[in-house]
Amino acid sequence: MGNLNLKPNFSDPDSFYAALTELHRDLDPDQSERINARIILLLANHIGDQDVLLEAMRIATESPE
Amino acid sequence: MGMASPKTYTNPVYSYQHSPDQDSVTAVHHPVIIVGAGPAGLSAALDLALQGIVSVVLDDNNTVSIGSRAICFSKRTLEICDRFGCAAPMLDKGITWNLGKVFNGDRLIYEFNLLPEQHHKMPAFINLQQYYFEEYMVERAEQFSEIDLRWLHKVTQVQTDDNLAQIEVETQDGKYRMTCDYLLVADGANSPIRAQLGLESSGQVFEDRFLIADVVMQSELPTQRRFWFNPTFHAGQSTLLHRQADNVWRIDFQLGWDANPEEENKPEKILPRIQKMLGEDVEFELEWSSVYTFRCRMMESFIHHRVYFIGDAAHQVSPFGARGANGGIQGVENLTWKLAKVLKKEAPEDLVKTYDVERQQGAKENVLNSSRATDFMTPKNKTSKVFRNEVLNLAEAYPFARSLVNSGRLSVPCVYDGSPLNTEDTDDFPTKIRPGSPAIDAAITSADGKQWLLECLGGRFVAMICVKESNRLSMERLRQQITELMREAEEIDVLLVNATASGEDMLKEGCREISDTKNLIEQRYDLKPGNVYLFRPDQHVCGRWRSFSAGNVIGAMRRALGYELEVR
Ligand SMILES: Cc1cc2nc3c(=O)[nH]c(=O)nc-3n(C[C@H](O)[C@H](O)[C@H](O)COP(=O)(O)OP(=O)(O)OC[C@H]3O[C@@H](n4cnc5c(N)ncnc54)[C@H](O)[C@@H]3O)c2cc1C
Repeated sequence: MGNLNLKPNFSDPDSFYAALTELHRDLDPDQSERINARIILLLANHIGDQDVLLEAMRIATESPE
Repeated sequence: MGMASPKTYTNPVYSYQHSPDQDSVTAVHHPVIIVGAGPAGLSAALDLALQGIVSVVLDDNNTVSIGSRAICFSKRTLEICDRFGCAAPMLDKGITWNLGKVFNGDRLIYEFNLLPEQHHKMPAFINLQQYYFEEYMVERAEQFSEIDLRWLHKVTQVQTDDNLAQIEVETQDGKYRMTCDYLLVADGANSPIRAQLGLESSGQVFEDRFLIADVVMQSELPTQRRFWFNPTFHAGQSTLLHRQADNVWRIDFQLGWDANPEEENKPEKILPRIQKMLGEDVEFELEWSSVYTFRCRMMESFIHHRVYFIGDAAHQVSPFGARGANGGIQGVENLTWKLAKVLKKEAPEDLVKTYDVERQQGAKENVLNSSRATDFMTPKNKTSKVFRNEVLNLAEAYPFARSLVNSGRLSVPCVYDGSPLNTEDTDDFPTKIRPGSPAIDAAITSADGKQWLLECLGGRFVAMICVKESNRLSMERLRQQITELMREAEEIDVLLVNATASGEDMLKEGCREISDTKNLIEQRYDLKPGNVYLFRPDQHVCGRWRSFSAGNVIGAMRRALGYELEVR
């Protein structure tokens, strides 16, 4: 079983959020989709552990709309 | 579906022969009948013949594969063919390659080397047209009196119950019937026999089309596998270029689901496509071409009473990864020794049913890998396509993304983890090789001139025992155990590794001896003095121990022969 960290872990949450949204501010949806894909791939490799990745995917798909 | 017939190759024509079976009033009985003389059917006949089992092989055609189809044959397949005695002409004629290059657009994003470890008899892969591969198998089969190969004998009907299979065969001289204990069905992916028995092979069809073209050209291009995603010469799709024998080059063009297969297989359509890829000044001739939609599917069980499905009839994969013929031949190898043991009454009948257990596992692995490669090439929706393209975009700069690029995970043999025939480790061993694994080859020396470990394994059970540097006392114990093993289990050959001077008399007692001169066996098996590995007749490991005892080895052999199987 994976152990995805679901407790706050950001060194600077507000700055992260600002950077993420800023990044997309002038992009059209297609560009955003590509950038998001790259971010996911980069971070997924950093995490590496298949169980943790699967847990993140599960939570992401099961979370309420 | 092939359009042009090969120019560099003339199909042999095997003549129809009338068999005395056709004149018999009653159906003649055979222990084994094989339907189909493709790679799977021919392998089965060869392996059974080596075990002394006679078989009848029926094929509805009078030649080998028309057009090439399979081109990449893996190390394990070559090792198996070497056991059959037909690998030499394959290696001679085939093209050995190690280097693969992957392009995104027109840019090289990375290279891979199949990096074969040194000191194996067989290379990682050869490329050879399927018709040559089959022709060499047929030539070998013709040398065995055990094999009754009948061309232009078409099986039209099959019936079976738990005791017998009965078939009807159609020939130019009319119909005849035969019965057999085991019917091996190797009639190809569309298996009419499977359909006639009401059985299914299920899985997925990939919504895409591929033009597969073989062209003849004199080219200075290096012998490499080259794969393009979205090159300018074929925008939006992928392309593969690979060299075969006789200056024939295989080109796969992905066409997309909307392509019209008939249109795409017309020379006026194909030739400009290829010219554009190769460059305006390159001269080539079209050898053979066909348009395919690929699928991955397998039967829920490969066994139906006395009918055993093998090869593409049992399981079919898309070709990226070269797991079709390669996987098929590995499946056959799994079945034949078991069948031989059962027919010789040297094992319980249930042994042969473990073919289904072990090869369901093998086929699932092949289907999974082939499906993943095909999905990477043909993303199923827009988001998948975005991920695929971004993997490719990241791959040039970042090694991590290269691990996700999938233009085919090339065929490797299945490790039968968890098989009921394995005796699991009780001692501490590295797991790179383990119970269920195929043997790993190594260069060795021996008095009888053998140079490779794999030449010393296969056909029978073999206990490989390391005796180097043992002291007098442990040597005495070893000798006792070996004597006991040879007395109690005639089915096991004893292979001594690095027997010292005191091993000489064991040799006289009927052991074989090899020297691990390069310490490869020690490295690859972690085989230390006093350790033992037991190999099955198909060269897979079925047990290993740090300390050799005849009782353990015999117990593992009995388990591998199916004596411990739970009654179903
Ligand atoms: C484009 C392409 C590329 C491929 N590339 C590779 C590759 O690189 N590596 C690889 O390993 N695999 C590859 N494959 C797959 C490979 O070709 C097949 O897996 C292989 O041919 C299967 O062998 P088989 O003996 O099961 O069946 P087949 O080769 O299809 O042989 C079936 C035989 O049965 C005979 N037959 C059929 N019905 C009857 C009947 N009623 N009575 C008597 N005889 C009958 C047929 O005449 C035929 O000779 C490729 C396939 C394709 C299409």
